[in-house]
Amino acid sequence: MMESLILRTGVRLLLPLMLLFSIFILWRGHNEPGGGFVGGLICAVGFALHAIAFGVKAMRDMLRIDPRTILGTGLLVGITPGFLGALSDEPYMTAQWLGALGTPVLFDIGVYLVVVGAILAMVQTLMAEGED
Amino acid sequence: MTPWLTAAPILVPMLTAALCVAAWKYPVAQRVLSLLGSLILLVIGGILGRGVMEQGVQVAQMGAWAAPFGITLVVDPLSAVMVFISAVMGFCVALHALGDIDPVRERGGYHVVFQMLMTGVCGAFVTGDLFNMYVWFEVMLISSFVLLSLGGVREQIDAAVKYVCINMVATACLLLAVALLYGVTGTLNMADLSLRVPDVPSQPVISAIAVLFIIAFGMKAALFPFFFWLPATYHTPAVSVQAIFAGLLTKVGVYALIRVFTLIFTGDTAWTHGILMWMAGITMIVGVLGSLAARDLHRAWSWQVVAHIGSMVMGLAISTPLALAAAAFYMVHDIVVKTNLFLGAGLVRRLAGGSTDYKYLGGLFKTAPWLCLLLFVPLGSLAGFPPLSGFWGKLLLVRAGLEAEQYVMVGVLLLTGLLTIWLVGRVWAEMVWKAPAEPPAEPVQPLSAARSYVLILPLLLLSLITVAIGVNPERLMNAAGQVGDSLHDNTAYVEAVLGGSPGRPTLLGAAEVSP
Amino acid sequence: MEVIMALTVGGMVAGSVYLFLSRQYLRVMFGVIVLSNAVNVAILTVGRLTSGRAPLISRGNEVMDQAAANPLPQALILTAIVIGFGLLAFALALGYRAYQEMGTLDTAAMRAAEPEDKR
Repeated sequence: MMESLILRTGVRLLLPLMLLFSIFILWRGHNEPGGGFVGGLICAVGFALHAIAFGVKAMRDMLRIDPRTILGTGLLVGITPGFLGALSDEPYMTAQWLGALGTPVLFDIGVYLVVVGAILAMVQTLMAEGED
Repeated sequence: MTPWLTAAPILVPMLTAALCVAAWKYPVAQRVLSLLGSLILLVIGGILGRGVMEQGVQVAQMGAWAAPFGITLVVDPLSAVMVFISAVMGFCVALHALGDIDPVRERGGYHVVFQMLMTGVCGAFVTGDLFNMYVWFEVMLISSFVLLSLGGVREQIDAAVKYVCINMVATACLLLAVALLYGVTGTLNMADLSLRVPDVPSQPVISAIAVLFIIAFGMKAALFPFFFWLPATYHTPAVSVQAIFAGLLTKVGVYALIRVFTLIFTGDTAWTHGILMWMAGITMIVGVLGSLAARDLHRAWSWQVVAHIGSMVMGLAISTPLALAAAAFYMVHDIVVKTNLFLGAGLVRRLAGGSTDYKYLGGLFKTAPWLCLLLFVPLGSLAGFPPLSGFWGKLLLVRAGLEAEQYVMVGVLLLTGLLTIWLVGRVWAEMVWKAPAEPPAEPVQPLSAARSYVLILPLLLLSLITVAIGVNPERLMNAAGQVGDSLHDNTAYVEAVLGGSPGRPTLLGAAEVSP
Repeated sequence: MEVIMALTVGGMVAGSVYLFLSRQYLRVMFGVIVLSNAVNVAILTVGRLTSGRAPLISRGNEVMDQAAANPLPQALILTAIVIGFGLLAFALALGYRAYQEMGTLDTAAMRAAEPEDKR
């Protein structure tokens, strides 16, 4: 934890911006460069910055959900849409489209959640060690 | 046979792992899920194996992207046999883990990581794409890191440090080899590679890349001179983890070697298979000598894992249909026996008070006579006593060696067998007949009846498999023969993947590559 | 350009091998970082150094209408980076833990799993 006023004020402003930007990148990945992985990284970095500025406990309180739960949810969200191909007798992971919306975006959201969950779980474990 | 069945060996354990993560807070639910997932994988492995043996190579194009552009899953006879036997081991170890894994390791996510490990192992077996194989190797690797250090005992951490170091280097070598092969051929699909590699103008480059593959997979398979990490690590983690490591991990390396050196690098066999032959021979000798020098049951078995890797690679190095069949047969036998030996050593450790040092062993004939009988099966099979499975494996290998006029290798194999018999005799004397040390290393913890059944049942299953293979080897020999033929003549594999259409475009620089 | 890239890869590999020869776990890990980056540069190079736009087919077209960068090496490198990142995070956490347990990161002094024979 760093008790720097500049960092803390900066993080307060930056965090919502980074979260918004990460979702924008996730959405943009549907048709242009971007995607779940990069978006997830940006989101996780935002929370990691918060943890550096205010401590892991503050981050955990703000997050409310256990990072491992996020990870598990992400895995399920990523894996299950692939099964929709079975409905039209196509192999696993064949993209199914409903107009402009399709299963790839669900897969991307899954990736996003896995990245956020995995990195925050690491940050949480490593920083909790350091604060003891 | 649908593409779904072909993908199921990956999907089932992956989904099980995801569900186990979702049930993170409920260890009991995780146990049930893990056991159920392993059972489903076993059933699917059986159906898939039967289908492949009857209908030939099964192919699934993920996301309906045609080969060689998309990710292809291919189950040929070798993959089918490996998936099935891995599923059997997965089930037995998942069962044993119910009684073996302590609450601390369970809370650390043992079941999740175990299922991820199975995902990686099965993924490596069914993938038809070289880069994808690298990815599955990494899935397997990260899971094995976690399993190895789970529990955080000092010895485990020390072992994990070495294991992590060597494997990071092996990973980089593998990735570099894959990248260079992509650079000269412009494709990563293994069937496509097998067609394109002979057309590469500068064949020495291919030979150099082949050596890089030998190094990378040799490290994973614990071949001489890259074996030293194995005896340094395998005796440290929980017994279930040891058993699955000893049974499967190194064999995935052997599988990858067999796949790559029967499908892709078949041009310069005098050079590549010659290197493999030398490595195999020295691995056998070094492994068996190491196991004789060890003064601890777990470590002796770790060295034995190394020794028998050499026998399988010998089959690959000879590379006749019979030798490849022998390698497949030996691999199945060895997976069953090694898993059984490590589970057995774990039980012996419980009875001897927390140590398998020869000093503390002894008197097993008095304390657990039935367990002695049960342990005799894998021990006898390891030594190659007829009519157990090891005898047939050795017989096939010797015959393949004699037919190919590799008399020195046959001599090395038989010498290794002889020294293994010595080791088995010695272990038997130390473990069963000798009077136990007084006092034991730690006071012996009595086990509840239910828990001891859960611990012993997998041993019984594995011993039954060994006896069944030994008494009626014909079924496995037929399957192994099919594996050998399909590996020796890979046209069926290539045609199944690419649909037999020549002159397809490549991903990159087709004009540069083919003259 | 390829020559420069190849020399860069060679230099990085040489540096990483030098670091591997150290007995300090941390230096070995630095060697691993350098090596995995060297491999990533190698993938980029063997995928041919093409320049151009992002390889996306514009709306309404069936094929690419102008030269674009080869997307496959990028995908491979991204995968390799992700995997390398995960491995490295684990390896460093493990090193930290090993230091707590054994009080040293000198690999020659780490003999908990293979104690010296006292007989």
